[in-house]
Amino acid sequence: MVDLSRKFDVLVIGGGNAALCAAISARRAGASVLVLEGAPKFYRGGNTRHTRNMRCAHDAATEILTGPYTEDEFFEDLLRVTGGKTDEELARFMIHESKDMLNWIVEQGVRWQPSLGGTLSLGRTNSFFLGGGRAMLNALYLTAEQLGVEILYDAEVTTLDIQDGMFLSATLKQDGKDVAVRASALVAAAGGFEANIEWLKESWGPAAENFLIRGTPYNRGSILKMLLGKGVQAIGDPTQCHAVAIDARAPKFDGGIITRHDSVVFGIVVNKHAQRFYDEGEDIWPKRYAIWGRLVAAQPDQIAYIIFDSSVVTSFMPTLFPPIAGDTVAELAQKLGLDPAALEKTLAEFNAAVRPGTFDHTILDDCRTEGITPAKTHWARKIEAAPYLAYPVRPGITFTYLGTRVNKQARMMMSDGKPAANMFAAGEIMAGNVLGQGYAAGIGMTIGSVFGRVAGREAANNARN
Amino acid sequence: MTVCNSCRYCEGLCAVFPAMEMRRAFSDGDLNYLANLCHACGACYTDCQFSPPHEFNVNVPQTLAIARAESYTHYAWPRAFAGLFARNGLVISVIAALSVAAFILGFVAFNDPGVLYGVHIGPGAFYKLMPHNAMAVLFSAAFLYAILALVMGVRAFWRDIGEPVGMTTGPRALLQALRDAGELRYLHGGGVGCYNEDERPTDRRKLYHHLTFYGFLLCFAATSVATLYHYLLAREAPYPWWDLPVVLGTLGGLGLVIGPIGLLIAKTARDPAMRDDARLGMDAAFILMLWLTGATGLLLLVLRETSAMGPLLALHLGFVFALFITMPYGKFVHGIYRYAALVRYARERQMM
Repeated sequence: MVDLSRKFDVLVIGGGNAALCAAISARRAGASVLVLEGAPKFYRGGNTRHTRNMRCAHDAATEILTGPYTEDEFFEDLLRVTGGKTDEELARFMIHESKDMLNWIVEQGVRWQPSLGGTLSLGRTNSFFLGGGRAMLNALYLTAEQLGVEILYDAEVTTLDIQDGMFLSATLKQDGKDVAVRASALVAAAGGFEANIEWLKESWGPAAENFLIRGTPYNRGSILKMLLGKGVQAIGDPTQCHAVAIDARAPKFDGGIITRHDSVVFGIVVNKHAQRFYDEGEDIWPKRYAIWGRLVAAQPDQIAYIIFDSSVVTSFMPTLFPPIAGDTVAELAQKLGLDPAALEKTLAEFNAAVRPGTFDHTILDDCRTEGITPAKTHWARKIEAAPYLAYPVRPGITFTYLGTRVNKQARMMMSDGKPAANMFAAGEIMAGNVLGQGYAAGIGMTIGSVFGRVAGREAANNARN
Repeated sequence: MTVCNSCRYCEGLCAVFPAMEMRRAFSDGDLNYLANLCHACGACYTDCQFSPPHEFNVNVPQTLAIARAESYTHYAWPRAFAGLFARNGLVISVIAALSVAAFILGFVAFNDPGVLYGVHIGPGAFYKLMPHNAMAVLFSAAFLYAILALVMGVRAFWRDIGEPVGMTTGPRALLQALRDAGELRYLHGGGVGCYNEDERPTDRRKLYHHLTFYGFLLCFAATSVATLYHYLLAREAPYPWWDLPVVLGTLGGLGLVIGPIGLLIAKTARDPAMRDDARLGMDAAFILMLWLTGATGLLLLVLRETSAMGPLLALHLGFVFALFITMPYGKFVHGIYRYAALVRYARERQMM
């Protein structure tokens, strides 16, 4: 049993990658640490459960990375995906610190492996966790336990006592009773608010009802809301999030990686009126992967259909949900609930617009359309080999970007511009400092591990001085 | 399997997942192949974000454990004996009991009580109770039958697991698989050790299995050396404690006594979610038979110069005989099919 009456040096709220890195680093710096994980033990770790890799800078190839990935290149990639919406000082700091993370995280028991099948494009830049995110979590929890970090599950924090930027205590429900836990410093690593549909609706409107949440149902943003309500400075746009197109048949929460579809390039995408609405051949993975969630979110009823034919079925990874099939376009339309005539017309126009070319899905090839809007600028091939196939897709929210502003110590900044006395943040709850918009694979874990480690260390120093 | 093939996080844990990825659809043969390739280390269950209570309910160790047990029945030869797997614990116990009883009755019938309970010392002591040739013929027959049945089963398995690299193999694959099996390379939880009770890699099954398996091999070696002594050097058992057959047999016997106990404890401690409880009898029966073989062997060694030798010899021979004839119809086959699966896997890695 954890003695909740004592005052801890560092209280960590959250139980994912950032929280555990913070807890371990604070403990290694000599602090007493309590971790409050809101989820039950099986679901511990927030969205880290569903992750599989981390993007770290490195100057040379390693056993698991095929080549160097310099700090500058990492920063350029970040600038590109965010459209410049990043805090350069923090971002460069994070990227610099990410170099050592390749070793530090291994010292905490996490193991790497070469990039997985179907992810060759990440083999140089991203390090993969052996066994995936839950394996990583298991290793971090084991290390934390062995170091003497106290951990409570099902420990949802209901209020935070914060006065003038100074954290005093947190109240949590334990066996139906309210218990206040005191600590000298706080690390908030409790994730974003993507599982809080009501909050999403504040920015997205009723459309948010149709969003699927790819990760944990426990990221309801309650800690973020409390902090912002206590004068912590917000950062990031509440409508910004990492969203991808996922199978509409996926569960509302926690479907994870296996509901994704990356078959857009092999066909066309239509909305519920059977109309195309965006260039399916604009860019290569992973950029296209990261834009389709928002594109579908902007369509009526937040639904779209990837339409392709039987000639390309083996061109992409097997999917959890099988494609919906029809021997004719009309039959497929009927099964999808689309207007058969409209879908036939869209397909006929598309097929007529396809120009001959040499197909190569690994480069921006010369297969394109002419005379239709929007055009498909690469990988355009006629869709005519029955049976016709389709995946229904909806926006799948991975994580949100609205968060708490922090400095290089991962210390929260108050809305008056002053640093908080004893409050730190790490992970998704402060991802918006680095990611103003857009996404690059594995960067969420970089933010979590780097700022988690820093936050834990700084919180321990703070508590002991 | 559909979930696994579209997730692939476990790819680096063992041989099962890369083998799975070489296939897009799964026939029964493929499933049997994957099931026997699996060493039940538990890492993919512990690491899976979709294992129960998640609604996708992915439980690879249990699914493959069940498929594995079913594959033993499926490939049993002759077909008429496939049913022996159904209530295997009972079947093995009955056969063991009958076998022991037969040896005791045989000893009693062919010897007068004085011989059975007498003290026999010096070369040929055992053979006063049962002539060496009778022993050799009986056990060779049992052993050859076991080999025949096992070969027939593996043959069917090997044909069934088919694609994608065809059925031929080469010495490199055989050798690689021998190494993988000998080291239990895939009983390692993806590197940190196996999982058994919970999400901590604290499992010791690898050690216990090594004790059991190498204990068994040492006992087998002891018997083989003794047979060579007998026919080539005309030296008759029992041998002094320092002689090779006794040294090998003692070490092996110790392995067979310690290893199975560890395995049995690990089996009962295993997270029920990963177990195939319907086949617990089969697992326990085999473990127990190995233990009884080892334990009676050691007892026989210790008490061979007393009047207990006769009954103990009957006991020991009874268990060994039962072990031999039930080999093709019990948990023993796991090693054979797993080795075949490892050979196929090594071959696939070479070819693809």
